[in-house]
Amino acid sequence: MSQAEGQQHPIKIYLWIWLLLFVLSTFSYLVDFYHLQGYLRWSLIIIFMLLKAGFIVAIFMHMAWERLALKFAILIPPLCLLILIGFMAVEGDYTFFTRGAAFLH
Amino acid sequence: MAHDAAADAALSPLQQVAGDFSADKNAFSVPWGKAMMWIFLLSDTFIFTCFLTSYMNVRMSTTTPWPFPSEVFALHMFGQDIPLILIAIMTFVLITSSGTMAMAVNYGYRRHKRNTVLLMVATAALGATFVSMQAFEWTKLIMEGARPWENPWGAPQFGSAFFMITGFHGLHVSAGVIYLLVVANRVRKGFYDKRGSYEMVEIAGLYWHFVDLVWVFIFAFFYLW
Repeated sequence: MSQAEGQQHPIKIYLWIWLLLFVLSTFSYLVDFYHLQGYLRWSLIIIFMLLKAGFIVAIFMHMAWERLALKFAILIPPLCLLILIGFMAVEGDYTFFTRGAAFLH
Repeated sequence: MAHDAAADAALSPLQQVAGDFSADKNAFSVPWGKAMMWIFLLSDTFIFTCFLTSYMNVRMSTTTPWPFPSEVFALHMFGQDIPLILIAIMTFVLITSSGTMAMAVNYGYRRHKRNTVLLMVATAALGATFVSMQAFEWTKLIMEGARPWENPWGAPQFGSAFFMITGFHGLHVSAGVIYLLVVANRVRKGFYDKRGSYEMVEIAGLYWHFVDLVWVFIFAFFYLW
């Protein structure tokens, strides 16, 4: 293992990921350019976003080659944020409906 | 730090985790600076998620229509309005800077000082380009009447979310440009040769890639949504 001397990988892999990120960014731009709407738009945006984020973390930040202990320590805590996102989505929905009701009457 | 490779390979990955956390030694087999940078980035992840979540919350709960980002951020070029073009260019600039940074880290570990410095300076220059384009975007929007409390296109919360999220990200990019130049200068002067390790270049790289990573989420949720 080359852990002690740091992360050494062929330059080629960075260039490929770089190209891939360019292509994925172009795709997400095209989602807007062609005015896709509704669930198709949102799911495409999220798919391209997660792919880009995954490649940046895994390859550019070398997470793919780190030991599992570090992967767990860094990648599991952000999952708590899904609870925050879920709560705030419910809260936002509720506020929207109460505002609607209050402004109508 | 050193693992008994043969004994380690015999363990399942989960047994390795248990060993790493419970044994009387370092939990993470990386330089401490790198572990600390990761933990700082973890805390930054929470900050940016709070911003994006609160933005989504106000966007969902407002009864006034949300401004259409595709039109707000359009630029008039070649005789027509091109939607989001500046944001798209900024995205490509930041991705390119991540690519040059990844290669700088690689050349650092190969002890190729000249290429490391050149690639880090290129990364910093691309970062500065990004911040300049952001300054242009802010100026344009402010001239058109965007304020944190009102704007001519729709829901007033748009301005506060926009200035806070892109402002905080721009601050990270600006700090990153300074950080990269400081580390590049140390590489040039042979500081890391004396220390015998180029891990500081990789740690600076982690910060820089994180700035790019946050932009991926801002691009998706603020500009494209």
